Amino acid sequence: MVVKLPEPTEKVVENILRLANTKLPEDIGWALEAAAGWETNPTAQSQIGAILENVRKAEHMYKPMCQDTGIPIFYVRGKFDSSIAKDIAQAVENCTKAIPMRPNTVDPIIRINNGNNLGPGMPAVHYIPTDDDFTEISVMLKGAGSENMTRLKMLNPSDGIEGVKKFIIDSVIDAGGRPCPPGIVGVGIGGTADECVAMAKRALMEPLDMEDPDPEIQALEEELFVKINSSGLGPMGLGGDTTVLGVKIRKAFCHTASLPVAVNIGCWATRRAVARITDNDVIYSQGVRL
Amino acid sequence: MRSLYAPFDEKTVRSLKLGEIVNITGAVVTGRDEVHIRALEYLDEGKEVPQCLNEAVLYHCGPIMVQDDKGTWSVVAAGPTTSARMNTLEPRFIREFKIRAIIGKGGMSKEVAEAMKEVGCVYLAATGGAAVSYAEGLSRVTGYDWLDLGMPEALWHFQTRALGPLVVAIDAEGNSLYEKVREKVAENLKKL
Repeated sequence: MVVKLPEPTEKVVENILRLANTKLPEDIGWALEAAAGWETNPTAQSQIGAILENVRKAEHMYKPMCQDTGIPIFYVRGKFDSSIAKDIAQAVENCTKAIPMRPNTVDPIIRINNGNNLGPGMPAVHYIPTDDDFTEISVMLKGAGSENMTRLKMLNPSDGIEGVKKFIIDSVIDAGGRPCPPGIVGVGIGGTADECVAMAKRALMEPLDMEDPDPEIQALEEELFVKINSSGLGPMGLGGDTTVLGVKIRKAFCHTASLPVAVNIGCWATRRAVARITDNDVIYSQGVRL
Repeated sequence: MRSLYAPFDEKTVRSLKLGEIVNITGAVVTGRDEVHIRALEYLDEGKEVPQCLNEAVLYHCGPIMVQDDKGTWSVVAAGPTTSARMNTLEPRFIREFKIRAIIGKGGMSKEVAEAMKEVGCVYLAATGGAAVSYAEGLSRVTGYDWLDLGMPEALWHFQTRALGPLVVAIDAEGNSLYEKVREKVAENLKKL
């Protein structure tokens, strides 16, 4: 008989923080390997080569692949109660010392740093209650280089889909090398202003090789992927054929007088990890459609 | 890959060509937003600024550092941070301290490139996020200043060994690889 001991939630959260920090999701690894194959520009080759070498070292040495261990953004889905917030915060504090993660969170005005990645409003946790009988905790480590490039625009409905595409392409091109390309472009279309940005970020949790169920969204993602890459901006903005590894779009209904569009870029190190906790098991993965 | 030995003299800096890939062995210091703010404030107030900034190789980096039981610091992960955040402070910083090279990511403004040309300084692009590889290059911690600014913002001193790869992305004549790429991108986008 196999006996399974329950894993405390705090430990599970520590596990996903360590997984996300040290191992690049394999869908992104495959996309980078493919890019290494098609790039002809020697500067671009040197950048992708350095990225892949770094990813291998981080995984073997069990070290965070990037010094900007980011703001950990959590999504809790399924069944849960309010005690989970405390477990998540404790795990963040523990991992800041143990992995280690860089103490990143500061007061926005006086800029003091408590050194533990906690503070009012931190860590960022989003709750998605469902009727499922599992608890799923996902984390994405969001560095400031990419997060600082976030854009929201309330377009006019008359700007239409062409206006939406132009805004997305311009956002990525204007960001240049700052968000550490080649990464993933998260896009929200519709909703309210706040939901639009939330969708753009949530889209980054989805593996690149997972197709959107809506064929129109799929076609739009492919079109933007090709157009942005044909710009030649390239890895780190130094020129080349790979500016993005994928485009991920979410949409929601919006006000008849609005057309909100948001762009939230994920760097090449879009670090994610997921734990699904059931009554007798914990299953780990590195991406999920939320 | 060309190997460079820091500190650099102006002649070495001016010999570097746009797009050339190099690595650095020698003295490198880290400094980002807060180091720039404080160093310039101290100059204005006539206070002493750490000597290590003079003719330095400055790395825009907020490393993850750990301290052992004996108090010795070592580096865990140390990739470049986005240099553009320092655009407004960097021209004066370069002129005051005669900075010889800046290592960072994403490039810097025209005003910064002008100061580089005047002083004899280059911008070396490190691969963003490649923090474990660059930490290997920052082989030894030789000291620090201003630790009160917090771990990422402090002024860390390193002795590096073949820190790289680094791409010469703005040369000492003020030519910028980023500008060249931007021109090409604008052309390509017109064709869409």
